[in-house]
Amino acid sequence: MDLQDTPAEAEFRRGLRDWLGKVLPDVPSPPDPLDWPARRVHDTAWQRRLYDAGYAGVHWPREAGGQGATPAEYLIFLEETERAGAPYVGANFVGLLHAGPTIAAEGTPEQRRRWLPGILSGAEVWCQGFSEPGAGSDLAALRTRAVRDGDDYVVTGSKLWTSHAEVADWCELLVRTDATAPRHRGISWLVLPMDAPGVTVRPLRTLIGTTEFAELFLDEVRVPVANRVGAENDGWRVTMVTLSFERGTAFAGEVVACRRALAELAGLARRNGAWEDSGLRRSLGVLSARFGALWRLVQWNVSEAQGGGVPGPGASVFKLCFSEARQELYDLAAAVLGSGALVLADGADGADGADGAGDDWTAQRLQGLSYTIAAGTSQIQRNIVAQRVLGLPKPGRA
Amino acid sequence: MDFRLTDDQIALQTGLRELLEGRFGPERLRAAVAGAGSGADDDGLPLWSELSDAGLFSLRKPERSGQREGGLGLGLAEAVLAFEEVGRALVPGPLVATELATVHASLPPHRAAGLCRRQPAGRGPLLVERLPALAVLLLPDTLTGEVRSLSPSALRARGRRGVDPLTPLWEVQGPVPDGEPLPGVDAGRLWAEGTLLTAALQVGLAGRAVATAVGYAKQREQFGQPIGAFQAVQHLCADMLARTEPARAAVRAAAVGADAGVPTAELSVEIAGAKLLADQAAVRGARDCLQVHGGMGFTWEADVHLLLKRAWVYEGSFARTPESAEVLAEGLSVAGLGHGAGHGVGHL
Repeated sequence: MDLQDTPAEAEFRRGLRDWLGKVLPDVPSPPDPLDWPARRVHDTAWQRRLYDAGYAGVHWPREAGGQGATPAEYLIFLEETERAGAPYVGANFVGLLHAGPTIAAEGTPEQRRRWLPGILSGAEVWCQGFSEPGAGSDLAALRTRAVRDGDDYVVTGSKLWTSHAEVADWCELLVRTDATAPRHRGISWLVLPMDAPGVTVRPLRTLIGTTEFAELFLDEVRVPVANRVGAENDGWRVTMVTLSFERGTAFAGEVVACRRALAELAGLARRNGAWEDSGLRRSLGVLSARFGALWRLVQWNVSEAQGGGVPGPGASVFKLCFSEARQELYDLAAAVLGSGALVLADGADGADGADGAGDDWTAQRLQGLSYTIAAGTSQIQRNIVAQRVLGLPKPGRA
Repeated sequence: MDFRLTDDQIALQTGLRELLEGRFGPERLRAAVAGAGSGADDDGLPLWSELSDAGLFSLRKPERSGQREGGLGLGLAEAVLAFEEVGRALVPGPLVATELATVHASLPPHRAAGLCRRQPAGRGPLLVERLPALAVLLLPDTLTGEVRSLSPSALRARGRRGVDPLTPLWEVQGPVPDGEPLPGVDAGRLWAEGTLLTAALQVGLAGRAVATAVGYAKQREQFGQPIGAFQAVQHLCADMLARTEPARAAVRAAAVGADAGVPTAELSVEIAGAKLLADQAAVRGARDCLQVHGGMGFTWEADVHLLLKRAWVYEGSFARTPESAEVLAEGLSVAGLGHGAGHGVGHL
């Protein structure tokens, strides 16, 4: 058990820190979260800087245009960029962390040449068309149909929770190409051009009041067969391959962010007097222990992945614990803010305005409600832990 | 960075697990419980000499070739792995105090040591485990940093029935004598190490609670299927594991940090977090394990009660949850916060 950087890791960290120290002062402040085109510009400009400096696709294999870094080095990348306050992956999320790795692993040489460079340089933005109104946790229930017609598929259906759809160039799309096959064996993975005729994007207003996601309506959209990655009806397996790219690093940067946010919250509590409440103070301490342990769990999972093994005690254990700890952070923030937790930022006092009121803790608390739902609900995570990690039987199969 | 166990660490872990499965399996555990409180075996410490010979207490003692009392020269990292196994096996006795006295106070092999810290008011009576079996008592004063040693016979105490049948307790009556100073030992360090080793015992115990619950849930049938096929039961078990594994990572990381010379302030926060999470994992895990066992969990013979009772004992040993939570809160320094933007950014 060794938690210290190897000489190579220390060198990577030093180089990255130096570079971040140089470029971050020039990075413009984040745009209005409601201004999608501006967000795209901001996020892709950062990706371009990473690309020019040789930090694009740190964890991608070299033959796919990435840096071929080890999982431990990628963890250092996530840790250092977050710690330095670098821009979040944002609009590049699906391309860099999902569609790109899928194409790198399963695409033809032609498909890799066509799509990977644009993802790495930030030239093109991707969105994800997986979930549907009738296929949420049960993704394999998806019904969007693709019917072969010459060199095209004709695609009809609707998708949900498609973030960045308004500004995306491409969509990684799961469609049903064989309605008669067993559910997991009739699915294909397509690349949908977002400007194709028949694609309609309708922003979805979340409980925060903003449009973080969109619905995607597909009405006889023609997608070239050449845009299919992997074999026809093999899309489920193609999708799952991507997960191996995470190698224990999913949400690693967010753990760093949460630890910093918790320290900020403690500072706020000291200033506004809430710190005198021993129950609240100790709750902050307990949460600090949980985030600290989750960071160790990340290091463990990454170490196992680096050794070629199964990621530690399971990504699901981590996701389950982290989602709940993250929500608790913002509930505690509300306790620290008192009545200030009922006030949203209105721009008048800015995010760093009067202590408490006007801060964005409440918006974060609302955002946090999605954490136990998105990327696999906590109930699904518990099922996975129970059935795949602990080996308990599937329900109803006695 | 490579947080995986080394081959030597795996060998240590599996060697000890095999030894304990052979020497302290369910039969021996039950026999110890049956013998406890009968008066005959109150001073007996099951397995003590074997564990002493196996090097459990002298793992961290420096090697001194040719000398009888040399240790294995290993670190806290190895010690927590060993203590996870002993905790898992439910081996009773003052394991942690004996390790500390072996390492810091040259306690000879096969002997047992105790430890007590003056109780602040409002925390109940001052209790010492197995007082008559102890060769020495360590008295750390975390305010002055001084550690003193005391002959157990100098204490006036009366025997009490412990809630854990394998942890008989003596209640100290009257003042604790000063004892002799133990030079060169820092009380804060002793307390921190004891807290971490106790956390390792809890992690082992929590792991056993998960395994016991899962084993029972696979085998017990109701409504025509194993109860482990019901999501209500599955989610209890999943939560048990989800508390245990972060605690395990925290305990091991704190030990690695201590061996690597992490500064005291940072280390005390890590150890506080490890103990707090390990206590939660063990106590709540044992309760959930009992719940999964249904009515059987409430019986004497199902052994599940032993897990919970021991977890309570360890929860009350060394740093307790309120103390740890305060250390952790204090560790949330206001300095060096970096940028304010970007926290908690969500994505799908």
